[in-house]
Amino acid sequence: MQVNEYKPLIVAFCCNWCSYAGADLAGNNRLAYPADVKIIRVPCSCRVNPTFILRAFQRGADGVIICGCHPGDCHYTSGNYYTRRRMAALFSMLDFLGIEKERTRLEWVSAAEGAKFAATMNDFVQTVASLGENKRLEDLRCKK
Amino acid sequence: MRKCSLEKINEIFAAIAKNAALYLPVDRTDGSAAYKKWEEGTVWSNALNTVRSPKDFFFPQTEDLMRFKTKGKTVQLEDIRTEAEAFVVFGVRACDVKSFDILDRVFLTEPADSFYANRRNHGVIVSLACTRPVETCFCKTFGIDPSAPAGDISAWKTESDIFFEANTEKGKALLHTLSELTEECDDGAVAEQKAKINAVMEKLPLKDLSTKGFGGGKTAELFDAPEWDELSSACLGCGTCTFVCPTCQCYDIKDFNTGNGVIRFRCWDSCMYSDFTKMAHGNNRLTQKERFRQRFMHKLVYYPENNDGLFSCVGCGRCLAKCPISMNIVKVMKKIGGNKGE
Amino acid sequence: MQKITREQLIAKASELLSNGTVSQVLGWGKGEFDYDVTPTLFSSAEELENGFVFNDFCGANFSKYLVSKAAKADGKLLVFLKPCDTYSFNQLLTEHRFDREKVYAVGIPCEGMADISKVKAISGDGIASINADGDNLVVTTLYEDAPITIATKDVLAERCINCKSKKHVAYDELMGEEGEVLASNRFDEVARLEAMTADERFAFWQNELSRCIRCNACRDACPACTCEKCVFDNPNSGVENKSPANEFEEKLFHIIRAYHVAGRCTDCGECSRVCPQNIPLHLLNRKFIKDINEFYGEYQAGEEVDSRAPLVNYTTEDLEPGEVFDRGDNNA
Repeated sequence: MQVNEYKPLIVAFCCNWCSYAGADLAGNNRLAYPADVKIIRVPCSCRVNPTFILRAFQRGADGVIICGCHPGDCHYTSGNYYTRRRMAALFSMLDFLGIEKERTRLEWVSAAEGAKFAATMNDFVQTVASLGENKRLEDLRCKK
Repeated sequence: MRKCSLEKINEIFAAIAKNAALYLPVDRTDGSAAYKKWEEGTVWSNALNTVRSPKDFFFPQTEDLMRFKTKGKTVQLEDIRTEAEAFVVFGVRACDVKSFDILDRVFLTEPADSFYANRRNHGVIVSLACTRPVETCFCKTFGIDPSAPAGDISAWKTESDIFFEANTEKGKALLHTLSELTEECDDGAVAEQKAKINAVMEKLPLKDLSTKGFGGGKTAELFDAPEWDELSSACLGCGTCTFVCPTCQCYDIKDFNTGNGVIRFRCWDSCMYSDFTKMAHGNNRLTQKERFRQRFMHKLVYYPENNDGLFSCVGCGRCLAKCPISMNIVKVMKKIGGNKGE
Repeated sequence: MQKITREQLIAKASELLSNGTVSQVLGWGKGEFDYDVTPTLFSSAEELENGFVFNDFCGANFSKYLVSKAAKADGKLLVFLKPCDTYSFNQLLTEHRFDREKVYAVGIPCEGMADISKVKAISGDGIASINADGDNLVVTTLYEDAPITIATKDVLAERCINCKSKKHVAYDELMGEEGEVLASNRFDEVARLEAMTADERFAFWQNELSRCIRCNACRDACPACTCEKCVFDNPNSGVENKSPANEFEEKLFHIIRAYHVAGRCTDCGECSRVCPQNIPLHLLNRKFIKDINEFYGEYQAGEEVDSRAPLVNYTTEDLEPGEVFDRGDNNA
């Protein structure tokens, strides 16, 4: 018997220097995380414009996670500090509009943290899966 | 002419709603009114006007036209037109009723716009004579009588009763379905009501505004008028005036990529926007002054030139009430054209 | 009633025009009625006498006009600034949006501006005239024989009820007495929404934003929105859309609009004033201001020229986005 289990679609913005390499390491180490996580590589976590996040939701994402170098380790010295402030403001605003705050997350994953990457993704996918489909930031036109 | 006590108005609404979707103005929590679909318990608003005009019913702000799907090298076209549902718009003021004539000339002239025609064919308009025109009203300037609104059915409201007069076949058919709730009457009460309204019309501050100096053939005279600089100087370039206007009919056709196909849709456009009628070579109106001028020249010169002198403004006053910087067609008409110095 | 009169302002403007300090005056132009003033450029004492007004309906923030008008003026441009306008003035200077040398700013006191829709709600519509008389507005309408007296404080615009400051933070010359920064309750409504459940907040904003007609007035009136080409006007941006095609588009526009001015918004309230659909857009901006104050310390955009906006700044000790909500629950 086949069970149609709901699988959330997750978009992960990963910085080129740390988190993307961390994802790579997770793969090399054969650490499992759900295939529903779609990684988009960005030069730095601060490249992520709020519009990217909203557009990901529009186009069917159920959760969006941004991963960057640990504070202090940014390849560009300070990019992730800006990300931290921007995402704090944006996530708080999404919550203010009544959009589930668990659907967005910011995590610091270094190139050496393959295990953390896999664990983070597993946890995030589970969290979003328990919320169900993204209904509050969906664009019905994209679901036809 | 038929009449019905206002106490029974909800029975009238229920009877209409039995056969068609009924839309009427209702009060919103923010203090203004908007058209809403009637259901049991809906309270009809006394407001003079809604923020958005009833043109939405025939020419909605956004409307899908067709869909495409691509598969390899083939493109599949999906015709999404469906027969519109029958609907009734209740309580449309004389100015807004007139706006449908103006839109009809644009959309129903061959080749007719089938989306618009579809809605127009399935919609019945029940107009309502004004009882409390306000300072921003200037429908009389455009020859509109607020005490005798057109529409499929004209209605008048007094303190106690509502009166109906059918003007078209569609109107007669609808009024016929209400024959048990209404009774035949003479037009004495309505004549009295008309006189009352006309007395108020004489007190309106804009009653003397005239269209002299405007109309077809005035392009050369008005286009380079030096006053445009000053008039447009404070314009912010927002689209408020065009989007609350019952006669503005410009639209843009755009494609939306859904990720698994394309939706071609149209949406209202505003001549105030910087990308209005943008084409391959760029924009043809580069400054806000040119965009501003376009709006008023279109309403007061170009449209009448192409439409037997009919002006493309009905004097509803929405732009007067809503412009963020209070620049509007009345101020334009008083500055250039025949009202100079009045 | 305003403490400063039309006559005083005209006298000041005429004096500055005649002694050559300025070549043009940006002021409020008379409308058809007593409440529909239009920002207007005057260049002579005669023009001022014929068309200049100053009353309780002069709410428009002139700062944004400096971006386009100051550059065009032959000499200096005189601009009258209410206290809240001066914050926008400084913010625009910080962002190098106009040439300070081309502007002569005269600070004028403000007793709060009236909201015409609140006046109409009391007097009934069909306004024939409105005149200030002490602390009241005397309104005559087309339908009432007797004039109606309304206390001005009862019809103040929302932003004026919650006025944040009567102090001018920038001017070349000040007319009247200087006021003080006020302790306002402007974040109360934001806090009320924060205390709701997510479902209630969602329903609240769904209802408010569904009225949006995408006229862009909120953006176009905003003194912080001065991009040469807005992303929402750029057909190549991928998010340009002229209409609120669906609920997503409404939210996208309003989140991004508010976000783009976060940290730069002085809370002048123009967005809500100009909204034809009465959407309380200032609440989105105030949410950002309140958050920024709580996360990174009190910051008032425009209070000082050249201050660094919080979202283009950082410390190594900033809180993590995840911690935002832990804090929030304690607040609520």
